Amino acid sequence: MAIIEVKALTKVFGNDPKRAFPLLDKGWSKERIARETKLTVGVNRVSLSIEAGEIFVIMGLSGSGKSTLVRLFNRLIEPTAGQVLINGQDIVQLNPEQLRQVRRKTMSMVFQKFALFPHRTVIENVEYGLEVQGVAKEERRSKAKQTIELVGLAGLEDSRPDQLSGGMQQRVGLARGLANDPQILLMDEAFSALDPLIRKDMQDELLELQASMKKTIIFITHDLDEALRIGDRIALMKDGVVVQIGTPEEILTNPANAYVERFVEDVDLSKVLTASHVMIRAETITLDRGPRVALQLMRDRGISNIYVVDKARQLIGVVTAEDAAAAIKSGQTVEQILIRDTPTVSPDVLLGELFDVVSSAKIPVAVIDNRQRLVGIIIRGAVLAALTGNSGEEVGEPPR
Amino acid sequence: MNIPKIPIGEWVEAIELWLETNAEPVFDAIKLLIGVTVNTLADAFNYLPPLLVIVIFTFIAFWIGRYRIAVFTLLGLLLVLNLGYWEHTMETLALVLTASFISIIIGVPLGILCAANDKARNVVTPILDFMQTMPAFVYLLPAVAFFSLGVVPGVVASVIFSVPPTIRLTNLGIRQVPADLVEAANAFGSTPMQKLYKVQLPIAVPTIMAGINQTIMLSLSMVVIASMIGAQGVGADVFKAVTQARTGVGFEAGLAVVVLAIILDRMTQNLVKKNKKG
Repeated sequence: MAIIEVKALTKVFGNDPKRAFPLLDKGWSKERIARETKLTVGVNRVSLSIEAGEIFVIMGLSGSGKSTLVRLFNRLIEPTAGQVLINGQDIVQLNPEQLRQVRRKTMSMVFQKFALFPHRTVIENVEYGLEVQGVAKEERRSKAKQTIELVGLAGLEDSRPDQLSGGMQQRVGLARGLANDPQILLMDEAFSALDPLIRKDMQDELLELQASMKKTIIFITHDLDEALRIGDRIALMKDGVVVQIGTPEEILTNPANAYVERFVEDVDLSKVLTASHVMIRAETITLDRGPRVALQLMRDRGISNIYVVDKARQLIGVVTAEDAAAAIKSGQTVEQILIRDTPTVSPDVLLGELFDVVSSAKIPVAVIDNRQRLVGIIIRGAVLAALTGNSGEEVGEPPR
Repeated sequence: MNIPKIPIGEWVEAIELWLETNAEPVFDAIKLLIGVTVNTLADAFNYLPPLLVIVIFTFIAFWIGRYRIAVFTLLGLLLVLNLGYWEHTMETLALVLTASFISIIIGVPLGILCAANDKARNVVTPILDFMQTMPAFVYLLPAVAFFSLGVVPGVVASVIFSVPPTIRLTNLGIRQVPADLVEAANAFGSTPMQKLYKVQLPIAVPTIMAGINQTIMLSLSMVVIASMIGAQGVGADVFKAVTQARTGVGFEAGLAVVVLAIILDRMTQNLVKKNKKG
């Protein structure tokens, strides 16, 4: 179910901003409106819906309106027109007190430059959201303490923010956002001020936390790699307009227009595509079949290996055509010629990490999920094909 | 052609007269309040034996700052006592503290108002410019008209002269709170009051304290001027020395003002640093 439903949300900065609407309807560009009316179109009639529990990334270059858009959601910036429905309630229509309640209970925010209160200790920062709600001191302390442990800062409760490194400070920012247990977490370029290694750690941790928390996270970034890494869906913005909304794969493989295409063309695919993108369907037999069946299947399909699975499709091993032919002559069973130490990877391994496994394996690498079930195999050529940009059709759609 | 002079002076006097006749109860109440405060403070300082007061001040200085300020306080006040200006210096201190206290009570809220509201700031700023550039002597006349001679008009004139820095720097301190912190306070659902007390004021404290420090210094500089309309204290000694052309006495009494100024300045400055260290 959609937790946030945004309808024709618009923000125009300047005097008498409604003047811009007829011009926008006429299709004037942001530049032309700025030139002729001195009005700045921040967000232009954005409509989107965000599902509960997803990480929704809003991506765009600076000036694309992404930070403005997210501030319209909690009305740190007042929308000029449009609706923001959260759980069906229009945020734009709320009076100040109702809006405060939404900000306190439903939605919290993590900031690019952390925005920690310098005069408060870590725990005092984290409990701020609860404090303004009037939660009793002991209760909010214990909640804040739990949240600090959750983000891995136990023991630093009484430190001052300026005593912490950037990564640690943003953990405090994250903890402050999580302490009042909101449904929605707005993260405005939350990791952009961190250096690349720390940023990657924070992304991983966010994904880990998200796996157990199941918040709805709206994540703003200008970094495509970051968007592709953590986003369940991505909205790409340009000049205040949402250009395309889709899963990372859709954005990469099927860019909506030339702008998106240019945006994604420099992506290092080896850091984005995973095993599941390049794997193909595996031919399998079960153990109770004889070597003759195995060989016949391989001949029919023109392949030199066949994978042996049990009834639950859990991988047992692999049989080569050579061994099968020999077994027919010597009367061995499939079980006797089975090669059990098959190279395997999980579906979410990045292509970059696949190189070693794939190049050193004599047979195609088996892709198995977390219950040991065979979901596909990877042939060497497919990895190269994907990296040269021919992902998708030619390699075979990943089974979903 | 003969352009008639614009009668600004007459207007001001008319306003003064009107206030004198119509707002007398208000002025009487203010007069009573200020008079009682100053006299109580001065009496308290002079009731205790000077050495005890010196010890107390030295301890306060030590608690706020480092030993250097404490040593200066001890030696400086002993010098004042030795020169024979103790009683008058304490009267001056009472006047300065009262004027500064009133300035803070008026100035901080006004500064907050200016920070929160651009219109208020646009009205208040030119008034402050006016107050600070109009020669301080000019305040003495209406002050005397409303409050007659004595210490009260001195306090009032000091407040008018010394309140601007507190207002200005409170406004500045709050406006200088980084925008993302204000945004964070808003994003977590703070009421305007919560935002003010939990975020803006604590972060603005060093700047506000700098304003209060300036206010105290300015009100001290009014001490001599205030003595012209009958305010007691060491300022009166300076004034008398000037009128009688007695350089030595003037220097001694001036020295007492300097000692007081340095002690108050260092104490308020260190209060900021102490606050920062938390």
